[in-house]
Amino acid sequence: MTAAADIPVSGADEQPRSGSRAWKKLKANKSAFVGFLLVVFFIAIAILAPLLPIADPTATNWGAIRKAPSAAHWLGTDELGRDILSRMIWGAQASLLAGVVSVLIAVSVGVPFGLISGYFGGWIDQIISRATDALLATPFLILAIALAAFLGPSLTNAMIAIGLSAMPIFIRLTRGEVLAVKTEDYVEGAHAIGLSTPIILARYILPNVFAPILVQATLTIATAIIAEASLSFLGLGQQPPAPSWGSMLNVAKNFMTQAPWMAMWPGIAIFLVVLGFNLLGDGLRDALDPRET
Amino acid sequence: MRKSLLAALLLSASSVITPAMAADLRIGLQEDPDVLDPDQSRTFVGRIVYASLCDKLVDITPDLEIIPQLATGWSWSGDGLTLTMDLRDDVTFHDGTPFDAEAVKANIDRSKNLPESRRKSEVKTIQSVEVTGPHQVQFKLNGPDATLLAQFADRSGMMLSPTAAAAAGVDFGAKPICSGPFKFTERVAQDRIVLEKFSDYWNADAINFDKVTFLPIPDTTVRLANLRSGDLDMLERLAATDAASVKGDGSLQYEEAVSLGYQGITINVGNGDRANNPIGQDAKIREAFSLALDRDAINQVVFEGAFAPGNQPYPPTSPWYDKDHPVPARDVEKAKALLKEAGFDSLDVEVQVANNPVQTQLMQVVQSMAAEAGFNVKLKSMEFASLLSDQSAGNYQASQIGWSGRVDPDGNIHQFVTCEGGINDSKYCNPEIDALLDAARTSTDLEIRKAKYDAARDILNADMPLIYLYHVTWIWALSDKLEGFTPYPDGMIRLENVKFK
Amino acid sequence: MLSFIARRLAIAIPTIILVSVFVFFLQKLLPGDPALVLAGEERDPETLAFIREKYHLNEPILTQYFYWVGGMLQGHFGISLRTNQPVLELIGDKLPVTIQLAVMAMVIAMIIGIPAGIMSAVKKGTAVDYIANIVALSGLSIPNFWLGIMLIMLVSVHLGWLPASGYESPFVDPLRSLETMIMPAFVLGTALAATLMRHTRSAMLGILRADYVRTARAKGLQERVVVLKHAFRNALLPIVTVSALLFGELLAGAVLTEQIFTIPGFGKLIVDAVFTRDYAVVQGVVMCTAIGFILMNLVADVLYFFLNPRMRTAL
Repeated sequence: MTAAADIPVSGADEQPRSGSRAWKKLKANKSAFVGFLLVVFFIAIAILAPLLPIADPTATNWGAIRKAPSAAHWLGTDELGRDILSRMIWGAQASLLAGVVSVLIAVSVGVPFGLISGYFGGWIDQIISRATDALLATPFLILAIALAAFLGPSLTNAMIAIGLSAMPIFIRLTRGEVLAVKTEDYVEGAHAIGLSTPIILARYILPNVFAPILVQATLTIATAIIAEASLSFLGLGQQPPAPSWGSMLNVAKNFMTQAPWMAMWPGIAIFLVVLGFNLLGDGLRDALDPRET
Repeated sequence: MRKSLLAALLLSASSVITPAMAADLRIGLQEDPDVLDPDQSRTFVGRIVYASLCDKLVDITPDLEIIPQLATGWSWSGDGLTLTMDLRDDVTFHDGTPFDAEAVKANIDRSKNLPESRRKSEVKTIQSVEVTGPHQVQFKLNGPDATLLAQFADRSGMMLSPTAAAAAGVDFGAKPICSGPFKFTERVAQDRIVLEKFSDYWNADAINFDKVTFLPIPDTTVRLANLRSGDLDMLERLAATDAASVKGDGSLQYEEAVSLGYQGITINVGNGDRANNPIGQDAKIREAFSLALDRDAINQVVFEGAFAPGNQPYPPTSPWYDKDHPVPARDVEKAKALLKEAGFDSLDVEVQVANNPVQTQLMQVVQSMAAEAGFNVKLKSMEFASLLSDQSAGNYQASQIGWSGRVDPDGNIHQFVTCEGGINDSKYCNPEIDALLDAARTSTDLEIRKAKYDAARDILNADMPLIYLYHVTWIWALSDKLEGFTPYPDGMIRLENVKFK
Repeated sequence: MLSFIARRLAIAIPTIILVSVFVFFLQKLLPGDPALVLAGEERDPETLAFIREKYHLNEPILTQYFYWVGGMLQGHFGISLRTNQPVLELIGDKLPVTIQLAVMAMVIAMIIGIPAGIMSAVKKGTAVDYIANIVALSGLSIPNFWLGIMLIMLVSVHLGWLPASGYESPFVDPLRSLETMIMPAFVLGTALAATLMRHTRSAMLGILRADYVRTARAKGLQERVVVLKHAFRNALLPIVTVSALLFGELLAGAVLTEQIFTIPGFGKLIVDAVFTRDYAVVQGVVMCTAIGFILMNLVADVLYFFLNPRMRTAL
């Protein structure tokens, strides 16, 4: 919800350069490394979910409804007696998938539009830019809520809704970067030797706008995870009985006094994974920013 | 000098604080009501506000007997086509307009003729209203209608000031003027509705509050927190899962009444192409589904035992309940056998459900119970608005939905299962049922009506277009400072004789 | 200067038209027939037909769009389908509530974010910087709605210190108003504080390196004076600019916060309207939010223009 204010203000790179220096800088950055570890940890959990020795996340148990954390259920049980730990682990899949897939949608739709808009300019730029302004002027979450309601509640539709809502940021970012890069000598040179537009875009422009997009994408994953949780919280995301952290919170809020643990764990998990992506994104920004040494 | 100043201060303090403290009642509602015009209104929660704002021709007792309110008495003609009603002569509306026979006529005409009226179907049988005296009216009907008095106990019987209604027209809801114990002061949408005592109320002695404020607070935990902190004096629709904690709290009171409505699963048996599937076509499969469910366990798991398990449109405590068809015990083996007989070992069923946590929890329990009998239930969670339109258009296999309930049994059954029923989304159609239910709604003889409903139940239980699951229990939580509250099965809050201790 | 503002306004107009198109067609695509929701439990066929007629629901979608835009141009934003209240009146009721929430959140964000930003810039690379950064990022990473639930549980339910919900106008009862708003404003402010802290930090870093700050230091002025009097004063403008931009976002952030704390503001109005298919309200509110957002952007641009003459060519 606050990602728009985080658009990195970095300039364009002077020339393509290898990622190894950036990687070194990233590793040296302690907080970025913590973020990296957090992200890796949650990804590992999400991927390994089917292999872990945990209960079936949808197995109900009428005899153990809303039980506090215990040896049998480390994080307690929910309103249908299901094991919260295993629902948390399977929920990680939903949340990360929502974060990554929706950003992939936003990038794969937004970046081409931004490229076209920035590179060709003229009326096509005007149209794309005004449409982008219009989308940005409609509050992100409201747009996502309306889209999710339109598509019908499901995790896939929530991803599409979030992806489309996050798209304008990438259009604007890419356009700005392209504008900065396209007057560079090497692009003008490519023109002069008669390379075709798609080749110039693919070989000279795109690699140079890649870094800020990567940074923004990482930060947007964080926003998207929160957005998915928000949509699920409103009943527009992951559908029962499959777990997601947001939908777990949606149910948990009715049991705040009787079963506070139901609300605690998903919130903490969202916090940690979002923090991870934010730290990583910040670290990437510093590492890829040519101006800071 | 000093003494008198102190005395003056005390005096002013007491005159400012004491009455305000003593007589301001704050009630927490689960939703924000819709338009405050009884003729246009369509929400349950709106009716709670009307109970303090608008008097009706008749009222009900907690046992659902019809008793006088604005009408003092009534009688039916022998052919059941004329209802003569005598009216109170000491009633004025909040704007000073006197209440009389002309006012009743104007109100019924408005319910029938205002284009925006949502009451048309309820007063359809009234052909005309005739003023036979300053305080006597005759309702001429175009056919016998046993449900009419019950309609008069609800929104169709609410009397609006005819002068105000004529002046405001369709915008009446912006400043509703009735003749109830409280008059409208202000409304801030989604925040509050404020009413203040109507000093000329005919029954003013029974009213003990100067001001009533209704506050919509959708989150049940937050609503309860507000009651505990003293920001509310009472709340309606406490979550069943909070019942135990309220009962255990010495500073709160707990009140409940089994509602008139039901919750269940409507099966699409004839509403378009999507009815063409095993569960839509074979009543035996629907019976198997019903047998797979443990209604008591559902009530325990989802509602901590606070609601009433059921299998008919009326709760087992209702006089209309057919005791020959008791709530069935769970029988997984029989369910499996029935399914097998129909030619299936397992069967996919898609059930749509509104995307609120409680209904979803309910359906997940149903899902896991039905699974044991071989039903592979797929839940399709939808926003209520979408669910409604899909259901009405026939774009569904089965749908979890409920009904808020009516005082007369006809309101819980006729429109759902008769061929031309307005909300028959299942599109179940059986001429025999139509004949029985039509007969039941036109007879004023209770025994004949009961016999007709029982006969219809025999058929409907076999055909099972609707699988009834349970009846909501209305639960109110009140501060222990209040006394005199009576729970009613219609879920309304009647403030007569309620007061601060 | 004037021509710059005129140009920005000229760009804003097609944007607003596009927003109206988006809003209108998006919500027309929403599944669910509003007439069914509005007809009441009985769904009387006659009533259904009447509602469809009254709200032009049967007419071609383009005709419906022009009805709406035509109405807006004449100052009619429509009537709420649910409560029959004029949309403009609803907006008039709700906007002050959300603005109060947003202002309080902004004040909280500034109280936390700006000093933290200055500290971390001055102590760049030290533990202070490091901790401030982590705390700021944490604020950004906590889901608003979850923080809200947790605070209600702790502060209202367990401790009973503050009301869990509700709203009172500051003109009626200022103390009560503050009591009901402080928790939601804090929830909303935390995320903002983080963003503000980071912008303050980078603005301060840039200025602390500038020549005149070096000169001030060289003159032997106390570091505190240098930082607060010379550097911060110059960093203030970009901070104000960012704040103006953030303010627009606050309106969006308020959506869930208002839902959690049952505050009768803009966000709650729109979410409820989406779910009850109250078209007129959805359209009106989104239009207003979008116009507000565009105006805020305009203000930010103008501020920037004043601040940074180099922008004249870039734009």
